[in-house]
Amino acid sequence: MTDSTLQTKAAAVNASDASEGMSYLESLPRRVVTLYLPLFVILVVLLFPFYWMVLTSIKPDEQLIDMEKFNPFWVIHPTFKHISKLLFETQYPRWLWNTMYVAVGATFLSIAASVLSAYAITRLRFKGAETVGVLIFFAYLVPPSILFIPLASVIQAYGLFDSPLSLILVYPTLLIPFSTWLLMGYFKTIPYELEECALIDGASRWQILVKIIVPLAIPGLISAFIFSFTLCWNEFIYALTFLQSTPNKTVPVAIVNEFVDGDIYKWGSLMAGALVGSLPLVILYAFFVEHYVSAMTGAVKE
Amino acid sequence: MSTVQTSMPARAAATGEPSAWSRLQGNRNWAAFWFMLPTAAFLILFLAYPLGLGVWMSFTDERIGRAGAFIGLENYQWLWDDSIFWLSVFNTLLYTLIASAIKFAIGLYLALLLNRHMPFKAIIRSIVLIPFIVPTVLSAIAFWWIYDSQFSIISWSLIKLGIIHSNINFLGDTEWARASVIFANVWRGVPFVAITLLAGLQTVSPSLYEAATLDGATNWQRFRFITYPLLTPIIAVVMTFSVLFTFTDFQLIWALTRGGPVNATHLMATLSYQRGIISGRLGEGAAIATAMIPFLLAAIAISWFGMQRRKWQQGSSND
Repeated sequence: MTDSTLQTKAAAVNASDASEGMSYLESLPRRVVTLYLPLFVILVVLLFPFYWMVLTSIKPDEQLIDMEKFNPFWVIHPTFKHISKLLFETQYPRWLWNTMYVAVGATFLSIAASVLSAYAITRLRFKGAETVGVLIFFAYLVPPSILFIPLASVIQAYGLFDSPLSLILVYPTLLIPFSTWLLMGYFKTIPYELEECALIDGASRWQILVKIIVPLAIPGLISAFIFSFTLCWNEFIYALTFLQSTPNKTVPVAIVNEFVDGDIYKWGSLMAGALVGSLPLVILYAFFVEHYVSAMTGAVKE
Repeated sequence: MSTVQTSMPARAAATGEPSAWSRLQGNRNWAAFWFMLPTAAFLILFLAYPLGLGVWMSFTDERIGRAGAFIGLENYQWLWDDSIFWLSVFNTLLYTLIASAIKFAIGLYLALLLNRHMPFKAIIRSIVLIPFIVPTVLSAIAFWWIYDSQFSIISWSLIKLGIIHSNINFLGDTEWARASVIFANVWRGVPFVAITLLAGLQTVSPSLYEAATLDGATNWQRFRFITYPLLTPIIAVVMTFSVLFTFTDFQLIWALTRGGPVNATHLMATLSYQRGIISGRLGEGAAIATAMIPFLLAAIAISWFGMQRRKWQQGSSND
């Protein structure tokens, strides 16, 4: 009798939430100590710099430097002075535009090249396809820190120095290897039969790619696009080396070089700059969390 | 001439006699050549060629605005006797080792926490990744402000709590500066490690844990004998990436300290930038960058080993 009730109870627990697993074996106080408390501490540490960024960018100057009279963890009479100063008195909109232009350009170029190469490697099975795949993986492991000096002289030789175009041409070396590997993973999951049908119906390789493979790999393309876009926005060392004149800079470079003066009141506009520069990515991320995570983990798992 | 050629395949196909052009069109290798061309062009022009050029430049005395002459190993001999270079090597190794070890420990712990059942699981997971999304330089600027020598919120809080009596000079003191940049690096790297390891954890079947629990395994034993062995391959890959990116880190240091105080946080990448671009001695900068390659090769070899092992495991499990 007791056995059967236990069994039905266990079955009910399993049926009610399959993902719950064995967590019913734990008591609540134990869960608080081993799960919620450490998780809460880690989340607070991870998010605090952003809270601080937002708070500083809307704090009036006198509250920023007087930590005795005003509690620094809160703000009284928030102001948009720093943000409006940033947008209307500096070249910030121009830098934001540059960053966007470079990121979009480089991302589109890279995705186009990656779709072609991923398709060739996974489906055309040409001579040496595996070797090419491995070489592209190695290209992913070459860091910008060892390339920026020779690249600066290459860019100089091509006459592209101090032009955002140089970044559009150079960033694909960071993005293509990653996107190719990610897309190879997606292309492998598309059944061969679809392609064979199209071949019998007289489709060319190009038509197969554009009309069958690409539409089926849209989730992969979105992942690759978002991850590439984020990488471009984040890139620093090439932009710092190649771009010299103030109006041509990207947001990360401009923030580090243009805002840093001896002024103790710089912090408000500096934090506003960091906040406004991060927002587009955070918003994009909020819309495409799943794609982002699958891009990040997909490239590692492949 | 070309119009004649392109109209050829249709006629040839109709008569059943494949022309040279249509045979070439049907050839996989020829098609693959065109498909690979854009990728190959980018990677050769802007990756492979500069990589070789960098090694070559390290054997010359090239400066900004002046072509260099071949000087053999002189740059390397110069660096060999340069105490700042050796300090940067030491800093890089210290930074990489400590930051990677902490990132691994906290990242794995966080992944294990996130893998458990709890309310708002999806939202918490997405929040965890935010430090990784925000551009490093911009979050580094926030850390710069948090580490400020006069208005640091950490100093303020610790003083109010009565733990210390005067402000900590986070980025002005040698040891504190090192600890501060390592903390900022760990802060940014933990989400990446945690989320990728979490993806690995989710592939581990819960029935293994249930069976082990029935057999009386403790929490630690379940981790040690189920989670850890199944996770080893992905740990190898993730940590290789993490080590690689930490070793070649530039932007965090440049935004926070620019190598100071007294070169205490100069990494090889930042020193290479300072010597190569700011001082204009391209040859010497390239030599410092080239000196990083052996370390990177070691990391890549480990990654390769980890991947091979993963393939072997997949093959044997017959899933």
